[in-house]
Amino acid sequence: MNFDKELNARGLSCPLPIVKTKKALADMTSNQVLKVISTDTGSVKDMAAFAEQTGNPLLSTVEENGEFIFYMKKK
Amino acid sequence: MANKKMAIIATKGTLDMAYPPFILASTAAALGYDVQVFFTFYGLQLLRKDLSNVMISPLANPAMPMPIPMPVMVQMLPGMESMATMMMKQKLKKHGVASLTELRDLCLEADVKFIACQMTVDLFEFDKSEFIDNVEYGGAATFMGFAGDTDICLFV
Repeated sequence: MNFDKELNARGLSCPLPIVKTKKALADMTSNQVLKVISTDTGSVKDMAAFAEQTGNPLLSTVEENGEFIFYMKKK
Repeated sequence: MANKKMAIIATKGTLDMAYPPFILASTAAALGYDVQVFFTFYGLQLLRKDLSNVMISPLANPAMPMPIPMPVMVQMLPGMESMATMMMKQKLKKHGVASLTELRDLCLEADVKFIACQMTVDLFEFDKSEFIDNVEYGGAATFMGFAGDTDICLFV
């Protein structure tokens, strides 16, 4: 999937992946896609909850070699 | 639509109990909430510029997981508190949990408002110069002004 910005949240625990995602989105423009890589298993549910509550669509969530990769579109 | 709001009353000043207010406040702010945290009694310790003295004690804390069973008589020996704090900090770091200072900075960056209870500041004779700058001072009524209109209100 194409993306405009990547956030490396490897090794970070709650709530850092969410807080850093929010900060990364702040510098982006509408419809741009943010790729987030996390190793925090809790971030799977948290990213979905973040997307739902903020209205930024979560385009996909994939697990690859113990890492979680999220693609989020800025609303 | 107006933002949702969350208010937290932070009353504890130990390392373990310092995390919930800062984690919840920074997360709520990231989710678009307007957040205020009211620090009172021992919670005021979390507003100090230097948070290195925020400790955890195994004493009277039977729920704290210890590497080996530790009788209360041993827990009360000098240095045990510093040791428990050091071990907890190492554990937090190993698991990628942010430091208290880092979380507090994230809150401030996200415009979380910190209010220090003026009454307890006076009671404990705290010097305001020891606190971070981004603090307002007020009483219970100040807090109610915001809390009365919140979606989430927590006492920690």
